[in-house]
Amino acid sequence: MQPFIKETGLVAPVDRVNVDTDAIIPKQFLKRIERSGFGQFLFFEWRWDEKGNEIPEFSLNQPRYKGSSILISRANFGCGSSREHAPWAILDYGFKVVIAPSFADIFYNNCFKNGILPIKLSEEQVEELFQRTNANEGYKLTVDLENKAITDELGLRIEFDLDEHRRQFLLQGLDDIGLTLKHADAISAYEAKHQARLANSF
Amino acid sequence: MFEKIWNNHVIHSEEGKPSILYIDLHLVHEVTSPQAFEGLRMNGRKVRRPDLTFATMDHNVPTKDRFNISDPISKQQVDTLTNNCKEFGVKLYDLNTLDQGVVHVMGPELGLTHPGKTIVCGDSHTSTHGAFGALAFGIGTSEVEHVLATQCLQQAKPKTMEVRFVGKRPAGITAKDLILGLIAKYGTDFATGYVIEYTGEAIRGLTMEERMTVCNMSIEGGARAGLIAPDETTFNYLRGREYAPQGADFDRAVEQWKALATDEGAVYDRVVELDVTSLIPQVTWGTSPGMGTDITSTVPYPDQLPTENERKAAEKALEYMDLKPGTPMSEIPIDYVFIGSCTNGRIEDLRAAAKVAAGHKVSPNVTAIVVPGSGRVKLQAEKEGLDKIFTAAGFEWREAGCSMCLAMNPDVLQPGQRCASTSNRNFEGRQGRGGRTHLVSPEMAAAAAIKGKFTDVRNWEFKSEVTV
Ligand code: SF4
Repeated sequence: MQPFIKETGLVAPVDRVNVDTDAIIPKQFLKRIERSGFGQFLFFEWRWDEKGNEIPEFSLNQPRYKGSSILISRANFGCGSSREHAPWAILDYGFKVVIAPSFADIFYNNCFKNGILPIKLSEEQVEELFQRTNANEGYKLTVDLENKAITDELGLRIEFDLDEHRRQFLLQGLDDIGLTLKHADAISAYEAKHQARLANSF
Repeated sequence: MFEKIWNNHVIHSEEGKPSILYIDLHLVHEVTSPQAFEGLRMNGRKVRRPDLTFATMDHNVPTKDRFNISDPISKQQVDTLTNNCKEFGVKLYDLNTLDQGVVHVMGPELGLTHPGKTIVCGDSHTSTHGAFGALAFGIGTSEVEHVLATQCLQQAKPKTMEVRFVGKRPAGITAKDLILGLIAKYGTDFATGYVIEYTGEAIRGLTMEERMTVCNMSIEGGARAGLIAPDETTFNYLRGREYAPQGADFDRAVEQWKALATDEGAVYDRVVELDVTSLIPQVTWGTSPGMGTDITSTVPYPDQLPTENERKAAEKALEYMDLKPGTPMSEIPIDYVFIGSCTNGRIEDLRAAAKVAAGHKVSPNVTAIVVPGSGRVKLQAEKEGLDKIFTAAGFEWREAGCSMCLAMNPDVLQPGQRCASTSNRNFEGRQGRGGRTHLVSPEMAAAAAIKGKFTDVRNWEFKSEVTV
């Protein structure tokens, strides 16, 4: 996994509460075989109407938000089905950070497995970010994981909280697999000890 | 028993962090594995133990013309599994092999499932394998990759629950009725965060296949896994199977397996009981497996339910199911019957259904399909002439796969159609958008096909003896 240290990028708003994983990536796309390539289906039913025409009102369809890498949204982001395709779609679209007042558990965990930084801020702080994003075309944020701080070019600075275990996880670009592999010797020793059983010869 | 298996597989544990658990058997299917293999490839990793990894294709497989997958994306998923297995050296039971089938039917059939093993699969019904006294549970795609790469998982230790079936199982009550009855009584989340151990005389009396039916639906009660202590029934089932230990190895294995049984006086975090003597064949009426009742009963009145949440959920469910409170369950007409799945697609299930169907005719208003759980189940059924009994009665005899259990293949309900199904989930849209699913046993499903509505199979008029 790519380490996450610092990200400076355009901010895109999705101004809704309870954005669920079905909305993030509808079930007809679960048959795909890649982990990548889900970005084109992100928020599918909000981006396109039944005839396949772009819905211009939806934020991600507006030119000013093209190429953004920081997503801001409202409470309970990522609720619903546990599909890992949801963080895959968000990452593949180009987002590296999601900021919201709260996240659904499984989605929150899945983000870390995929190198996405989900940041919980207070309702007021998120509201402030929405206002600044709307007011300033080309609004950018810098998210600094080493210092746990968010800044903009207008002098805003917000500090955020994150579990230390998870922070290290992202900073070092570790993944669960990498962590488990640190115990490779113990795994090999276990396999040697249980060789007969694993080889089905008892 | 859970403690023993858990302790026997922990490789590393640290306060406040999940334990690292060794996995003895990893089963793989086409839907949740492609991204896991892609992850390995991107990181230059190999499958650590291809010898402990077995794959099959089941979810997307058409049951009519299996080599002709018309949906190109389904076909691609199937082809991808083939290529991944080749590239990473994983044994694949593909559409050309007799052993292909629903992953949870295939594993036990091959003798891959042993007491005391840790078993995972990217599929929630992995709990099925707990019938052998194995610790078996479903995992997500990142975890599939994790197990492929490391043969381990990071897991927080779950709590334990004893589910005690009290009393002797009455005639005409199936394993499906035990588990549906349990979930109807305790709900779909009573076991969230727990691993269940099923005990009691009624459990001891079940065959291996019946035990699998019970353990299969542990997840519908919210449990991570469901176990049954191994005994002679287990050992007799395993003896001689392809991946079971052979000869003297088998005897040594049995000694080890016997030691797994739960010690007298073991303490569980929670104990629940179900009196089986008063059980009646079960039918679900709603859109969650816990919304079930007796065939002799009626569709419930939502306003008589104890909590506000249950009332709301029941109202919504009845609206979706288009049912009126107070309607006798035995007066609900059906359009479709599905006999199959990893819950009830094994040979004993098909025998039981065939026995009911023999000499009768499927109601003209009903489409009924029988989908064997695996190629071997299909072959065995044909050897016994069950296919003839079914087709003579007007059932369609299909090829092995998951089929209408989740309707990812072409077997799909049309909006508004009502189905008696031997599968495990009756969620909205599970068998097709707008489709209505009622969960029942294979016997009840076969009887419903013939009557065109649900009927109490205990009063069934058996026409001719099925020779098995
Ligand atoms: S039969 Fe149904 S529940 Fe079983 S593995 Fe297939 S889709 Fe899942």
